[in-house]
Amino acid sequence: MADSASTVPPAAAGVHARGAGTDDGPSAAPGGPWGQRAMTALFLGPAAVMLVVWLVYPTLKTFVRSFYGRDGSDWVGLENYRALFTTDTLQTAIQNNAIWVGVVPALVTSIGLIFAVLTERVRWGVAFKIAVFMPMAISLFAAGVIWHIMYTQDPGQGAVNAAINVVDDTFSSAGVLTSAQGSTPELAGTPERGLVLKSSVRPGETALLGLTGIPPAQVPEGARQAQAPTPRPGAITGTTWRDFKPGGGRPGVVEPQELGLEGVTVQLRDASGRAVRTIKSGEGGAFSFEGVKAGSYRPAVGPETFQKPFAGVSWLGPKLITPAVMIAYIWVWAGFAMVVIAAGLAAISREVLEAARTDGATEWQVFRRVTAPMLAPVLSVVFITMLINVLKVFDIVLSVAPGSSQDDANVIALAMWRTSFGGVNDFGLGSAIAVFLFLLVIPVLALNVRRFKRET
Amino acid sequence: MATVLRVVRRAPLNLFLLVVAAMWLVPTFGLFLTSLIPKGEIAREGWWNVVAKPSSMTFDNYRALFDNNDLTKALVTTAEIAVGNTLLLVFIAALAGYAFAWLEFPGRDGLFVVVIGLLVVPLQVALIPIFSLYNSTSLFDTVLGLILFHVAFGLPFGIFLLRNFFIGIPKDIMESARIDGASELTIFFKLILPLGLPAIASLAIFQFLWTWNDLIVALTYGRDTQPITVAIFSQLRQFGSNIELIAPASFVSLAIPLAVFLAFQRYFVQGLLAGSVK
Repeated sequence: MADSASTVPPAAAGVHARGAGTDDGPSAAPGGPWGQRAMTALFLGPAAVMLVVWLVYPTLKTFVRSFYGRDGSDWVGLENYRALFTTDTLQTAIQNNAIWVGVVPALVTSIGLIFAVLTERVRWGVAFKIAVFMPMAISLFAAGVIWHIMYTQDPGQGAVNAAINVVDDTFSSAGVLTSAQGSTPELAGTPERGLVLKSSVRPGETALLGLTGIPPAQVPEGARQAQAPTPRPGAITGTTWRDFKPGGGRPGVVEPQELGLEGVTVQLRDASGRAVRTIKSGEGGAFSFEGVKAGSYRPAVGPETFQKPFAGVSWLGPKLITPAVMIAYIWVWAGFAMVVIAAGLAAISREVLEAARTDGATEWQVFRRVTAPMLAPVLSVVFITMLINVLKVFDIVLSVAPGSSQDDANVIALAMWRTSFGGVNDFGLGSAIAVFLFLLVIPVLALNVRRFKRET
Repeated sequence: MATVLRVVRRAPLNLFLLVVAAMWLVPTFGLFLTSLIPKGEIAREGWWNVVAKPSSMTFDNYRALFDNNDLTKALVTTAEIAVGNTLLLVFIAALAGYAFAWLEFPGRDGLFVVVIGLLVVPLQVALIPIFSLYNSTSLFDTVLGLILFHVAFGLPFGIFLLRNFFIGIPKDIMESARIDGASELTIFFKLILPLGLPAIASLAIFQFLWTWNDLIVALTYGRDTQPITVAIFSQLRQFGSNIELIAPASFVSLAIPLAVFLAFQRYFVQGLLAGSVK
C-alpha cells in the first residue's frame, strides 16, 4: 500500500504529458473531417447520452419541479423552500448536517494525519494501514449494522457499553439494593445520602433497620430468617432486614418469614452526622459495632447500598444518536484520510526533512515548519472530499439509527429521501431539498473547475 | 543495548497503535461472532462471550441464510448489478476518456470542464425525475434500470480518471501506430485498453465496490429487484427479533467487497488517490 504512493498522482502525470499529447494536433483520420466527426461521436456518444439523460436533464427538471406542489400540477413558487426551513424534522436535518459539517471533516482529517505520521514510525505500519483502511471496502450500510450491534444498550450485549462498564466498575460497584426504602417513618432519608434512624442509639442499645420496596429478585441469594438483635454492653447491635412478608406483617418488628439482608452498608453517624464507623451486615442481616465510645449515635443505611448498576449509555436514543452515527462514520473514513495523507507524506523529499534536522530543528519544528506546510494541499483535498461526503451522508444513518430516533438523527439527504419516497411522497418538497443539497456543493464544484483550468 | 532502549522508547507508540488497530478490527469481528451465536441465545449473549466457549459457535445461521430464497436471490441480484454496471461503465468511460485525451474536436476542453463539474453532483438531484422516467418506461424495478443509473453516476469519475491516465501514454507510441495506418478503433482496442489497464482496474474495482454497497438507488427503484443491502434493510425494520439473519447476511454482504479490496488493494488505493488528488 505504501509503495502505491509513488506510482500515483496521475492527475499530475497527465497534466505533464498533456503538453506533449496535444501540441501539434491530431493526425488526419481516414475519411476526412466527416469521418473524424463520426469517430468522435462514436467515442463520446454513449457517455454523452447517459450524462444528459441521467444527470443533466434530471438536475434541471428537479430545479423546475421544486416550484410545484406535491403532485406537480400546481405552481407554488417558493412555498417548498419556505417549508424546507420551517418544518420541524427538516430543521433538525439541516442543524444536524451543520454539526456534521463542523465536526466530521476536521476530525477525519486530523485523525488521518495523526495515523499517517505515526505509522511511519513503526515496523508494522503496512498492517496497521490495512486494518484501519478495511472499513472503506464495507458499505456504509453494513458498517451501520455493525455499529448498531456495538451500541446495544445492555452492557451484557453492547460492546461499547460493556467497555464503559469495565472502566466504570473499577471506580464504583453496584449496591445490593437499588430501590429499597425505610419500612417505618423512623428510618428516613434519600438513596443518595443514606437512610438514617431518627432516634439516637447509645452503646448497649440496639437498632432496627427495616427496609421495604425490595423486589424478590434483589433479595440476596441464600438470605436467612432475620433475628431481632440482642443488646450487648459497649456495643451497638442491630439488624437490617426485609420488613415485609406475604400478607404484610407489622412494620418495624422482626417477624418470622422476614429475611435478613446481608451485605448492606451500615454506618454509625455521630451527632454532627459524620459517619464514624462503617461495616457491612452479616448473616441474617445482623451487624454490630463493638467497643463504641459513650455517646449518642444514629445508625444509617449507607448510600453505597442503593448504588444502581450501570445500565448502559443509550447511544441509540434521541440524545446521542447523531454523535453515535458520527463515530461509526469516522470509523469508516479515517482510513481514507490516512492513506491519502500518507501518500502525501511519502512524496515529501527526505532530503528536505534531513536538512532541517541537520540544522538542529526539533521533530516538532520539522513537523510545524516543513511537513505541515508541504502537506497543506493534500490536507485540503481530504477535507473537501469529506465535506462533500458528509453533505450526502445517508445509508449509515438509516442503519445505525433505529426507526424511533431517525427523526433525531435526520440529515439533509435522508430527509430528501424520506420526503420523496418514504411515505410522505411529496415530490415538490423533495425536489426543493435536493436543490438545496446541490447548492451546498456548488462551491466545491467551482473549486474543482478552477483548479482544472489553472492546471491546463 | 541500544536496540533494547529503542524498543522501550517505542513501546508506548506501539501500544497506542495496537489499541487503535484493535478498535478498527473488533467491530467487524464482533459482527462475525454475532453471526455464529445460535439463534436462541443471540438475544442473551454478548458476542465476546462466544470466544470463551468456541463449542457453542455454529454455522446454522449461515445455513438458514442460504436456505432463505429472498436473501440468496438478493445476493445474485447484487452480483448482477455490480458486475454488469462495472463492465458497461468501464467500456463507456474508456471510450470517452480516449476521446478527451487523444481526439481533437471543437469544445473539447469546455465539455471536459462540464464532466469535472458533474463529479460532485449529488445523486439526490436525479432521484425524482428518474423515478418518473423509470415509471413511464419499463425500467422501474429492473436490474437494467439500476445498472444504467449506476453507470451514469459513475461516468464523471470514470471519464476523469481514464482521460488523465490515457493522456500520459507516450505520444511516440500513438504516433507510430497512426503512421502504420491503424484506425482509431484499432488504437483504442489494441493500444489504449492494454496500456490503460492499471487505471481501468482501479476504476473497475471502485465502481464494483461502490455499486455492490449501494443502498439509496436500489431502495428507490427496486421493489422485487432487491440487492442484499435493501434485503437487509427490510429485515432491519424488525430489528432485534431476527438478528440471527441480519448478522450473517451483513457479514456475507461485506465479505465479498472485502475480499475484492484485499486482493486488489493496490489498484483501489491508486484510484482513490487519483480521484482525490484532483
